[in-house]
Amino acid sequence: MPFIPHTEEDIRAMLDSIGAESVEDLFDEIPADLRAPPLTGIPEGESEMGITRLMQERAAKDGMPSNFIGAGAYEHHIPAAVWQIATRGEFYSAYTPYQAEASQGTLQLIYEYQTMISRLTGMEVSNASLYDGASALAEAVLMAVRVNRRSKAKRVLLPGALHPDYRKVVKTLIGNQGIELVELPFDETTGQTPVEALAPYADDDVTAMVISQPNFFGILEDVDALTGWAEERGIPVIAVVNPVSLALLKPPGEWGANGVDIVVGEGQPLGAPLSSGGPYYGFMTTLKKHIRQMPGRIVGRAEDADGKPGFVLTLQAREQHIRRSKATSNICTNQGLVVTASTIHMSLLGDEGLTRVAEACYANTHALVEKLAAKGIKPRFTGEYFHEVALDFGGDAATRVQTMADAGVLAGLELSRDYPQLDGCVLACATETKTESDLEQYVTTWEQAA
Amino acid sequence: MSTTEANLIFERSRAGRSAVAQAPRDHAATRIPANLQRKSAPGLPAASELDVVRHYTRLSQKNFSIDTEFYPLGSCTMKYNPRACNSLAMLPGFLNRHPLAPASHSQGFLQTMFELQEMLKEVTGMKAVSLAPMAGAQGEYTGVAMIRAYHDSRGDTERREIIVPDAAHGTNPATAIMCGYEVREIPTDDTGDVDIEALKAAVGPHTAGIMLTNPSTVGVFERRIKQIAGIVHEAGGLLYYDGANLNAILGKVRPGDMGFDVIHMNLHKTFSTPHGGGGPGSGAVGVAERLLPFMPIPHVIEAEQGGYRFAEETDRPQSIGRLSAFAGNAGVLLRAYIYMRMLGREGMVRVSEFSTLNANYLARELAAAGFDLAYPKRRATHEFIVTMKKQAKERGLTAGDVAKRLLDHGYHAPTTYFPLLVPECLLVEPTETESKETLDGFVEAMACILAESENDMDTIKGAPHTLPNRRFNEVAAAKALDVVFQPAEDGDASAPRTGTHG
Repeated sequence: MPFIPHTEEDIRAMLDSIGAESVEDLFDEIPADLRAPPLTGIPEGESEMGITRLMQERAAKDGMPSNFIGAGAYEHHIPAAVWQIATRGEFYSAYTPYQAEASQGTLQLIYEYQTMISRLTGMEVSNASLYDGASALAEAVLMAVRVNRRSKAKRVLLPGALHPDYRKVVKTLIGNQGIELVELPFDETTGQTPVEALAPYADDDVTAMVISQPNFFGILEDVDALTGWAEERGIPVIAVVNPVSLALLKPPGEWGANGVDIVVGEGQPLGAPLSSGGPYYGFMTTLKKHIRQMPGRIVGRAEDADGKPGFVLTLQAREQHIRRSKATSNICTNQGLVVTASTIHMSLLGDEGLTRVAEACYANTHALVEKLAAKGIKPRFTGEYFHEVALDFGGDAATRVQTMADAGVLAGLELSRDYPQLDGCVLACATETKTESDLEQYVTTWEQAA
Repeated sequence: MSTTEANLIFERSRAGRSAVAQAPRDHAATRIPANLQRKSAPGLPAASELDVVRHYTRLSQKNFSIDTEFYPLGSCTMKYNPRACNSLAMLPGFLNRHPLAPASHSQGFLQTMFELQEMLKEVTGMKAVSLAPMAGAQGEYTGVAMIRAYHDSRGDTERREIIVPDAAHGTNPATAIMCGYEVREIPTDDTGDVDIEALKAAVGPHTAGIMLTNPSTVGVFERRIKQIAGIVHEAGGLLYYDGANLNAILGKVRPGDMGFDVIHMNLHKTFSTPHGGGGPGSGAVGVAERLLPFMPIPHVIEAEQGGYRFAEETDRPQSIGRLSAFAGNAGVLLRAYIYMRMLGREGMVRVSEFSTLNANYLARELAAAGFDLAYPKRRATHEFIVTMKKQAKERGLTAGDVAKRLLDHGYHAPTTYFPLLVPECLLVEPTETESKETLDGFVEAMACILAESENDMDTIKGAPHTLPNRRFNEVAAAKALDVVFQPAEDGDASAPRTGTHG
């Protein structure tokens, strides 16, 4: 029997010990009228060989197009060692490290992860991860409302140039908490969120403000000015950042005069494959003074009975399994294995490797823009951008994008779904994985799709 | 402790060392405006590839895991995670697919997800299944948010309470609060079932719903589930099923037939996707007819022109919305699909049969070895509770002591001190993938600890003795909080914020 080791002899001996005639007897407390019908809708079992063949066919069916879509999930090279080590059984098949003595591997790794991501974002403390970037932002909004006890309004400012699906996730996850989400317009020329957009709220009770760097269009925001505006009014700032960009960009801990309060983002670019959208992980870092309001698991250094150092889950009194209805969040399981991979990924790249990745992404996207400019395709916005750009395809972008896809190039994400005013624009990204000939292919298929 | 074993990766760093092969070639400097640039390096490790591989391989060896030890952790279903599920989910075609790739380049993936939804519908008896929630707790949120959306859509806005039994997982009350509800707790009776009189007294026009686990967290099947469903529905409330214990009833009885309106499944328990040291999970949600309009997005449907596509906002205007930036934990879903296809309809039923056989056998053998079962008159389901109340009183042998001493015998501890209503409890879940020999070995270790407690409590109280560390002082750790490494030479708190490490 697949994955069940029992022999006929075992079954007999076990039933004898229990004092039951058959396995069926063990279900005698389930009322007869509730018993399930046979599961005819489920196929018969496949052998490992059979399922291998099937999955290979399915995986091959989706082709291996040259991908220039980013929009929150980015194609990066992942060193071979990363997932080979992360999928070792000792990491892969372990549970949440509640029994600290039997979980020092996972616990030390998370402590190292917390250190790396705190340094990258320029903050003091980190948790062990949340589900993804979007849900991490929702948790950050709830956390900011807890932190800013002075504010009565429960009003949070979100840029319109924030990833639209992040805005939707925030709305879903905090929708029942009586929090008002106010959308800040972006400048239709530069693609930036101007400080002037904040003017209408200058004298209002604002509970927290979100800044995305780069924003959804890949554009770099004037983070010091935006943070400064909030600092003057004592409003906590939540930064949403791309972790790869932080090799080059000023970390949120240094924005404005004193830095932001909470940093969140999508951890995927640091070692998780695109994989149809998950599993990724959301990171969250903050200041020491806010740590008790932070959701999720946290690992801390501890000493054992012999005075020997090690690591434990700490501050568990914030969490649902202790505080139940008074917990900071209902989160229990997080994205441990992806964090394991990500920690190994960051260790292998180091400062130098991550900087090279970020510079290569920047260079490739800018090179693509240059090549397209020669064909008359211009970026939609004038603002400086990191590794993603809104290209004005003009005319029928949908047809052209589909034609390019059929020719093996995923040209980018059409922006009209979420921004009707950007009809004809396509958000494209060329990471370090793209070669000169990949960029050429983009331009050629674009021309052929005309 | 040898220096190579316990050092942090940062302490292995040497300026100028790096795993060069992993990085792309150098590019020209960027034109990022100076005021937006990073001034100093972040301080990630500077290590060779071998340094990194050896460091993390050694760390892995300090973990207990299913692949190395018996892991009878109650409520967590720590069964074997078949290797094929991992290697096939990591085929390049799956790994490289961008979540926003057009439907024309996604049919292999979408068909697989559609079939997974169909199989989960069949095995739970629900009308439709969403794969969007990224973990059990998010599935719970999804379910309760749908309950709320349902009542709101009918203008039935006075329902502000969710009923939760005292044996429930902590996520249940925490979820109800996140959905803007108040929590009303009801007791469990002496036999482990819900106290029906207390339930009757609790329901009313303010009842939005009830959250139940069946089999419950005390390891017994709730026999009066139909009556409970009747009482709650009569009062206008809906029933939420916490699928943590679905492993016990797979193919035997379906939540949809029990009267539940919405359920979540933990694919990382019942369908054997890995726990990964704390995730990722997947909390797929099933709904009854009346909750269909409120399902989260995206959701795989059959496309009008053939093939499959994602249902979006426009397809489901009453949806509670989106739970993740993309489509949930797709890689976890692939693993669950592969596992289910390998089991097939006949293997699905064996899961509940053999997990139940193992639990009842282990319960019987432990009772024979002198341990007290919390509910000796009931059938065990896929798990059961041992209570150390008597031994704790007699000689100070607590559930926590047994848990720690088991580690020395090479067994992961059962779940301790949950559920909260049974004193000194050990919640034991052997799962169907363990052999009789393994269970017998575990009973032997437990008997050994019991015998040891009669003459050598010091050794037990000092356990574990054979692991990298002994028991930790967690109170001191929470007081002198150290959650981020600070090198001794510049250990002031402001250091990481200015990025001067490295």
